[in-house]
Amino acid sequence: MSIIKADTHPLDRYLRTERLPHVWCPGCGIGTVLGAYLRAMEKIGMDPEKSIMVSGIGCTGRAAGYVRMDSFHTTHGRAIPFAVGLKAARPDLNVTVFSGDGDLFAIGGNHIIHAARRNANITVVAINNFTYGMTGGQLAPTTPETGITTTSPYGNVESPFNLAGLIAVAGASYVARWTSLHVRRLEKSLEKALKKRGFSFVEVLSQCPTAYGRRNRMRDPVDTLKYFQKYAVVKNHVNPLEGVIEPNKPFVVGEFLDAPEEPTFEDKLWELTKAEFLHTSQAERSEWIIEHRRHLEVLSRIISGKGGEE
Amino acid sequence: MATESNTEKLLERSGLSLPRGEVYLIEDRCKGCGLCIAFCPKHVLVVSDKFNKKGYHPPELVEEEPVNVCINCGFCERICPEFAIFVKEKKEE
Repeated sequence: MSIIKADTHPLDRYLRTERLPHVWCPGCGIGTVLGAYLRAMEKIGMDPEKSIMVSGIGCTGRAAGYVRMDSFHTTHGRAIPFAVGLKAARPDLNVTVFSGDGDLFAIGGNHIIHAARRNANITVVAINNFTYGMTGGQLAPTTPETGITTTSPYGNVESPFNLAGLIAVAGASYVARWTSLHVRRLEKSLEKALKKRGFSFVEVLSQCPTAYGRRNRMRDPVDTLKYFQKYAVVKNHVNPLEGVIEPNKPFVVGEFLDAPEEPTFEDKLWELTKAEFLHTSQAERSEWIIEHRRHLEVLSRIISGKGGEE
Repeated sequence: MATESNTEKLLERSGLSLPRGEVYLIEDRCKGCGLCIAFCPKHVLVVSDKFNKKGYHPPELVEEEPVNVCINCGFCERICPEFAIFVKEKKEE
């Protein structure tokens, strides 16, 4: 028996297939993680019409361009503020931030810890490839000690961030870490994270054969995955502060934190504003929206020089 | 070739069989990274000699009865970063 040629993939209904093949290098793990995310979405029956993917800049930031749902490709490091704003304005939508370690923890480091502190009801998928892949493999705050990058040719001397620990301490509701090899567990974890009310964070360690692996004796993507296979220790509910990643030493992957439900940022906002909002009826609200839409149309006609008269 | 595992012997004795899968491939999406080949638990995939539209070598199926056959585990489908390969359960005729 030989392989059967096909034209469509089971996940095609979630993908903008006209844009495939994607820009990621051969063997890059981002596609794997995106696949796991889409499968988790399919499994829990999340409606793509009611879901939004927000991403920042970087290799992982390109993911928002490949999913067949509303997506934002935002400015560098600011994916979280966009997402928190979106969720605050439209609590009925499922908002996911899908971005890389550099975007979320270096350029946007402050935003993510504050979003976790506020317990904003969003899901964050952070793909950690230990480096700034898109710009050519510079030292990132997640590069393990002694890791060689273009800006640390003699090895990194800084301690990296423990992303899971940082976010758990900041006040998130759900924190997990997996690698791009643990695809099934990752899928299960993403299902949980998507269902969870509150700030849920899933870190996924991924291979970057082009920028990081090549300089650290893992030229082949399979080598990095074999490394994960060898050193990843699956343990659930470990103290997140013990989740430090050191080179050539075992590291913990698993679910670190699944906290009981607490009021989210949107809940608290709603508590504050509902008195004002509830005295208007549904009909009044729709009227208000229609009226505003008409004003906007008139305004746009004036701006485009087509006259404001109806 | 590898001998039959204990699991398979046990299954056979109790009158059960492992599921069988059919492997599908969208050839022109493949970038030849080799992840499906390296992590197939049954080692049923190898690099082929042919080229696809982009010049990569897509995988090829080498099933050798009775052990090296696709068991529809779906790992290649999940590890593939390109949404190129997938499996479906083979229906017994």
